[in-house]
Amino acid sequence: MFAARAAGDEMMEHEDIIKPANIPVSFFSVIGRWTIRTIGNFGAMAVFFFLAFVNIFRARQIREITNQTYYIGAKSSLIVMLVALFTGMVLGLQLFYTLVKFGAVGALGSAISLSLVRELGPVLTAIMITARAGSAMAAEIGILRNSEQIDALYTMGVDPIRYLISPRVAASIISFPLLTAFFDLIGIIGGYITGVVLLGTNAGTYFYRVQSSIDLVDIQGGFIKALVFGAIVSCICCFQGYFCHMRSDGFGAKSVGLATVSAVVISCVMILVSDYVVTSFLM
Amino acid sequence: MNAPLIEFRNVTKRFNGKTVLDNVNLSIYENQVTTIIGKSGTGKSVLLKHIIGLLKPDEGTILFQGTPIDKMKKAEWEGHRRKIAYLFQNNALLDSMTVLDNVAFPLRQTTDLPKAEIEKRAMKRIEDLELLEAVGKFPSELSGGMQKRVALARALVTDPKIVLFDEPTTGQDPIRKNMILSMIIHYRKKYGFTAVMISHDIPDVFFISDRVIILWEGGVGFEGRYEEALKQNVPMIDEFLRSLDGFQDQLTGLLSREAFKMHYSAMLGSTVSESTSSAALFGVRLDILHEALGAQAALEVLRALGEYTNRYFNAIGGFSARHSRDEILTIFPRKTIEEARKLVEDYSRNLEHGVIDHIRDMASANSGEATCFDIHIHAGVTEIYPEDRIDEIIEKGRAKQEIISTYRCDFGGKDQ
Repeated sequence: MFAARAAGDEMMEHEDIIKPANIPVSFFSVIGRWTIRTIGNFGAMAVFFFLAFVNIFRARQIREITNQTYYIGAKSSLIVMLVALFTGMVLGLQLFYTLVKFGAVGALGSAISLSLVRELGPVLTAIMITARAGSAMAAEIGILRNSEQIDALYTMGVDPIRYLISPRVAASIISFPLLTAFFDLIGIIGGYITGVVLLGTNAGTYFYRVQSSIDLVDIQGGFIKALVFGAIVSCICCFQGYFCHMRSDGFGAKSVGLATVSAVVISCVMILVSDYVVTSFLM
Repeated sequence: MNAPLIEFRNVTKRFNGKTVLDNVNLSIYENQVTTIIGKSGTGKSVLLKHIIGLLKPDEGTILFQGTPIDKMKKAEWEGHRRKIAYLFQNNALLDSMTVLDNVAFPLRQTTDLPKAEIEKRAMKRIEDLELLEAVGKFPSELSGGMQKRVALARALVTDPKIVLFDEPTTGQDPIRKNMILSMIIHYRKKYGFTAVMISHDIPDVFFISDRVIILWEGGVGFEGRYEEALKQNVPMIDEFLRSLDGFQDQLTGLLSREAFKMHYSAMLGSTVSESTSSAALFGVRLDILHEALGAQAALEVLRALGEYTNRYFNAIGGFSARHSRDEILTIFPRKTIEEARKLVEDYSRNLEHGVIDHIRDMASANSGEATCFDIHIHAGVTEIYPEDRIDEIIEKGRAKQEIISTYRCDFGGKDQ
């Protein structure tokens, strides 16, 4: 025993001596651990999404999907339309004064509609729904986890992924494209208010440019992006809430708070990353 | 004994490097009530969660009807799992649903029963657990005790074959505690399920348990009947059991069994030369009371009998304790058997006002005039010899028991 203790002391001394030399090693080990954990999380999230997606088509889902579509979609529509209106109005202002310099005010309708349909519509809609419904998803599922309600579902023979996650994923996939369409429409109206009503551009020119410059490909692109964002946001938010009890940085109520923050931050980042990836495929 | 229904073989579970279950071996048998006791943090809930598959062992195997769970196909295990219900320590009610929706939820999600039938079954359980006034309320609007009963109703609504109770009586008053235990016995008799229960409600939990498992320092300290546990003479386990027992039976106000034993030993010490003490074993059939009056009223009657017995005999130096759910043993120090018989006779005459009136009130409130039943109170008087053990006195008293008072269903002259 004494020998072991002596050996232990010796090791500690040895560790003290070589500590400075270990800094690069520690750095790489931290990076390595983080990388492995991140890849593991992505893998887990992929399996999680797969299970949730497959379970959408199981029996007794229509009612829950309808409820969630109402909550995620219908109840988010007002805030999405409000943001769309002001986004369109700001675009109208900015683009009007830029195009005036080149004598191309007639292209205002094209510029507003293309930027909304291709980029701003899907991205801003996704970010707004993440802020409103995604955070709620993560918090609600996190509380269900911490109060053992998810375990209770399991013990009652109810698959928690089928009952809790699949309806939210399905509702997001349904709601995101619809709300994006609303965003685009209201945004174009917002551009009309500033460009035509306030700044005096010709109304006929504005709508002619809107109609002639948007192709079906642009609408399809925006629709695909909205679908992808819907899947990503719902998966990330539900995943963060569902596994909040396994967080190493907080327990109980704190873990729910941290899960909600992570859900919103990761979702927003992933919306922009996936936007680039999808756009590069579409272009 | 039959083959175990559930068996733990060398099960070890660790959380963050801390071993909670260490090489646990135990068996749970079909149609029995197995109670798990142990100090806080000894892994009782963890053990229960392993049974239903919420946790998986780090080492070792759990066998279900002789087949290792980890070797079962998913569908086979799911089939078994659906027969198991779990009552969580913190209830785990779905807080965004009303009481009715909570109780009906497992049926709505896992069966194809018509809506009306689901509602009917849910309402039956709600009624059984005296929750009718809470049907439309949300869990947050209920007291802790009511939440526990809602959780119990939800656990029993699917008529499970195995029910795991994680501290089902925590936070309840003595009547409700015993009512829940009565419900467990009642439903077990009715539906024949196997119960595994974590509870510290001594003595009642032991009155209804067929086997007791004591978790001690990560392992199984004892497995068997409660009476055997008391004879183990493992100092730390003895001390733990004694600490749970306390000095008073919460339901009746009588002495705890441990305190009774101490009184009895003290009496024997002081009356060595005299050998003139006597005892009486009083009893009322709790199962008949339950059938006739309902769970809560039956326990009210038992409490009234206990309180009355305690008050009556304390005055003359007697001391009493419950030795099963519905049997009370009273010792009369320095009383001959004739004196004891006389005391019991007087006692039975006064029972009319002490207890029978109580039953009459309960009967008129609960059953209505149409219900007809007889309820007898028994007593067996016996003498005590210095070498008699308490269980021997109980046996002698049981052999001599006769009816001393009766509540009759004719709503006229009731007592004998």
